[in-house]
Amino acid sequence: MTAGAGAQVGLPRRTLLRRSSAALHRRPWLRLGGLLSAPLLWLGVAYLGSLAALLVTSFWSTDTFTGDVVRVWTLENFRQLWVEDVYRTVVLRTVGIAATVTVIDALLAFPIAFYMAKVAPPRVQKALVVAVLMPLWASYLVKAYAWRIMVSESGVVDSVIGVTPGFGLVAATLTLAYLWLPFMILPLFAGLQRLPDSLLDASGDLGAGPAFTFRSVVLPSVLPALVAGSIFTFSLSLGDYITVEIVGGPSQLLGNVVYDNIGAANNLPFAAAMASVTVAVMVCYLAAVRRTGALDNL
Amino acid sequence: MATRFTQAGSMRSLAGSSVLLAVAACGTSGGEESTDTSSGGGLAAPDLPMLQEVGASEDELNILAWPGYAESGQTVPSVDWVTPFEDKTGCQVNVKDFGTSDEAVSLMKTGEYDVVSASGDASLRLIAAGDVEPVNTELVPNYADVAEFLKQRAWNSVDDQMYGIPHGWGANPLMFNTDEVTPAPDSWSVVFEADSPYAGEITAYDSPIYIADAAMYLKATQPDLGIEDPYALDEDQLAAAVDLLEQQRANISEYWSSATQEVSAFRSGDTVVGTTWQYNASLAQSKGTPVKTVVPKEGITGWSDTWMVATDSEHKNCAYMWLDWIVSPQINAEATEWFGEAPANLKACDLASDENFCETYHANDEAYSEGIYYWNTPIAECLDGRTDVTCTDYSDWTTAWTEIKG
Repeated sequence: MTAGAGAQVGLPRRTLLRRSSAALHRRPWLRLGGLLSAPLLWLGVAYLGSLAALLVTSFWSTDTFTGDVVRVWTLENFRQLWVEDVYRTVVLRTVGIAATVTVIDALLAFPIAFYMAKVAPPRVQKALVVAVLMPLWASYLVKAYAWRIMVSESGVVDSVIGVTPGFGLVAATLTLAYLWLPFMILPLFAGLQRLPDSLLDASGDLGAGPAFTFRSVVLPSVLPALVAGSIFTFSLSLGDYITVEIVGGPSQLLGNVVYDNIGAANNLPFAAAMASVTVAVMVCYLAAVRRTGALDNL
Repeated sequence: MATRFTQAGSMRSLAGSSVLLAVAACGTSGGEESTDTSSGGGLAAPDLPMLQEVGASEDELNILAWPGYAESGQTVPSVDWVTPFEDKTGCQVNVKDFGTSDEAVSLMKTGEYDVVSASGDASLRLIAAGDVEPVNTELVPNYADVAEFLKQRAWNSVDDQMYGIPHGWGANPLMFNTDEVTPAPDSWSVVFEADSPYAGEITAYDSPIYIADAAMYLKATQPDLGIEDPYALDEDQLAAAVDLLEQQRANISEYWSSATQEVSAFRSGDTVVGTTWQYNASLAQSKGTPVKTVVPKEGITGWSDTWMVATDSEHKNCAYMWLDWIVSPQINAEATEWFGEAPANLKACDLASDENFCETYHANDEAYSEGIYYWNTPIAECLDGRTDVTCTDYSDWTTAWTEIKG
């Protein structure tokens, strides 16, 4: 476009711009709507919409032979979930593993976070934050396969301590605990930083020992942060299926059943019903932790 | 999940020939009941038209294939029969690999693919769903050279109408680590029995179709169950197979669903014995793992693969060009020799780099071929012809498989 042409169209464009800006100024709701419509569309359609689609699909069924989805309402999927023992076992096993991973991560993360927040000099603290974040830069798959090699028959674990758990639930729990550890350390670190040192000193001055201080001062004040971290570790473990596939041996978790029903069995409605269990467990968990104030700490 | 391999040595010399020869002996045992499976009976196929004329290239072709079936030089630069096809026809090829038949069926439902290399446990499902259409074999000149015993079979045709072009066939032998497993096993009991000396180091194929391997073992070891065809199981027979597989599960190191997964477990020593494909065995051998394959005395399951054309394909001319290309003598030789299976086109025998290729895989041996229990899709109407009971269908098998894994 030449400069002359630019000057010609420049004038009307400016008035258009000015006019629309004036219109926006007169109507604050339009301003707000324009600003929020994209994120709201994302949240409403892509995020909640897909959840709704999941819920709807779980009430359909598939033609057993051709695998086509039959769009007729039925509770059959949920009946099967309830009646067949194997699914209850899988759900309980999955929740159990998610809880174990969360406990392991909490036990490992607390001393690290405490050292980072209260003991380490500023430079060490910064280095530690980087060190904690560093594993997040590596691919999830690389880390899971690294654990596969470590726990395998001729792996590092075997040659160093002489025994390996082999592929199975123990290896899966260890790997998941390793993978999600940073998600527990960071909220705890932030929570402990907010805890004034003077409170610890005061507790000591009043004659409380370390254990008592921990129980009655530190723990109550970092509990929301702890719960916030547990939301991450718990929910990430609950839905994971790749780690189990790689190091879990013959075991299956909820995510594997969902995956197998999509990939192998081609039964989307049942996969949706199974996945809604995860959603239900998470909703219950979030409802339970809401009162601790953890949701303000995420 | 696409599975691609980088592989150094040649697969060709590694056919495990001595072992495959052994099957000729037991090959006749299962022969009699599979001879009457002339065409897919009891199946209502949607009435779909087939192509009447191959026109101009559409410039694009999307292939859904077993790993190793559509090589474009990405695995090993010299192994490439996709690029010459592109040069010849102008059809730009996109290849997607799949690891199990179930994955293939589910991917075909996306409508993204024009042709698929379907095994017998997928083909009937694809036909019934209307996902694939009848194939006009007159438009595939090389079809004339395909072995007669592969034409109009239960897994590739309905009422004598072909739904695809045969590609090749092979078996699922027992692979074992020669250092760890001595003496060499001659029975599937090493993977199924609770007191197997290799408990905890056993692998199995992660798909409901593996139930047929257990049924085949039961057919030989527990004749009282009356199993004729491992793909035609009534409820009691399926329950017996499930019991056997649950007993096996306690001894499983891990189930494999991709060749790389099984090879890596054999290499690390986590697995020392289990069902395999010749492809996996060759891959493991080429990486220096001491493994061998055998055909156990109870028999063997296998597959016979068919290239099928998607009903909704927008590139049907290219699809037919591919069908004719892949089953042409030279290309069929390259593709099946690379994978390690018997070629469908018997003219491929003379063009293979290993002159014993077709003998090794019994390509022209109809009796051997009939001895294999080919993957088939279990349906309610018993495939073995029984009419007094209802058989368990594939969805029952899928549910059973979830229960077995626990």
